[in-house]
Amino acid sequence: MLEFFSSPGTPENVFLIILLTGVVTYITRSGGYVVLSRFKSLHPRVEAALEAVPGAVLVTLILPAVLDNGWLEIVAMVVALVASFRLSAIWVLLLGMTIVIAGRAFGF
Amino acid sequence: MKDCAPIMFAVAFFGMLFGATGLNNGLTFWQTVASSASVFAGASQFVFLELYNQQVPVWVVLLTVFAVNFRHFLYSASISRHIRHFSWFQKYIGFFFLSDPAFAAGEQRAEKQGLTPAYYFGYAGSLYPIWLSVTALGAYMGNLITNPNALGMDMLLSIYFLSLLMGFRSRANWLTVVLVSGVVSALVYKWIGAPWHITLGALAGIVLAAVIGKPANQEKRSDEHA
Repeated sequence: MLEFFSSPGTPENVFLIILLTGVVTYITRSGGYVVLSRFKSLHPRVEAALEAVPGAVLVTLILPAVLDNGWLEIVAMVVALVASFRLSAIWVLLLGMTIVIAGRAFGF
Repeated sequence: MKDCAPIMFAVAFFGMLFGATGLNNGLTFWQTVASSASVFAGASQFVFLELYNQQVPVWVVLLTVFAVNFRHFLYSASISRHIRHFSWFQKYIGFFFLSDPAFAAGEQRAEKQGLTPAYYFGYAGSLYPIWLSVTALGAYMGNLITNPNALGMDMLLSIYFLSLLMGFRSRANWLTVVLVSGVVSALVYKWIGAPWHITLGALAGIVLAAVIGKPANQEKRSDEHA
């Protein structure tokens, strides 16, 4: 058992590792509910914290694409940001991707 | 479901890329498909491939997957307020499908008209078979996509997440939360590195929201749950 966890995966046991990564992922996906369901009602500050989750998490998922790239990607993100005031997600995605693909094709 | 359309593009590209990458990293066709079937979380699947290939001990692989997926802990906490009417069974099956897009779509739906099991499973559940089929397709066809960056694949999800982020802009203190999370996340990304910028950056904004949160929200929320 200890041997298994302290050694690298092998083609023989990789199925088990894949299954365990699935279990770990499921624990994260249900854990927040399991913890909160122990409380009858939520304090307003907890409510406020939970309201902030989408904004607080999504911005962190976007950042590396901005920090790791050059000005072409920043322009694409700014255009997408402005466009998302008016357009739905699909058009924002098409517009942003057009800028990235065209820009890279022209060597920017 | 028209709400699903934009994410279909992203899912199709990333699933195919994962399928091809799986075979390049020493997995068989079925092992690659099994990863998508069991984990169903793109970023952590790529991390798993990378670490498996680098011959890292199993416990490090599992801990890293946990760290990459920790944001889902916050998702299930937040969405728990909108699924009180789901049955026990619906909740625990539902959590398996709680991916980034499923969470965002669920939260937005709950804000507008309430989240029903039919909507949640229609959206979150329909992504699952697609993710599996494109993984299989990518693994079967191999390196069809020779230069993913020329196709802007590295930017695809970020632009999609940006449009999701903007969809929440009417929420209380949204801009303040986003700015604080963004700045903290950028600093952590530079000084500590991935994947900690996600958890630490997100927590900074969430803690801030709890500190500056006004009781005014409370009335609105309790109406919704009535």
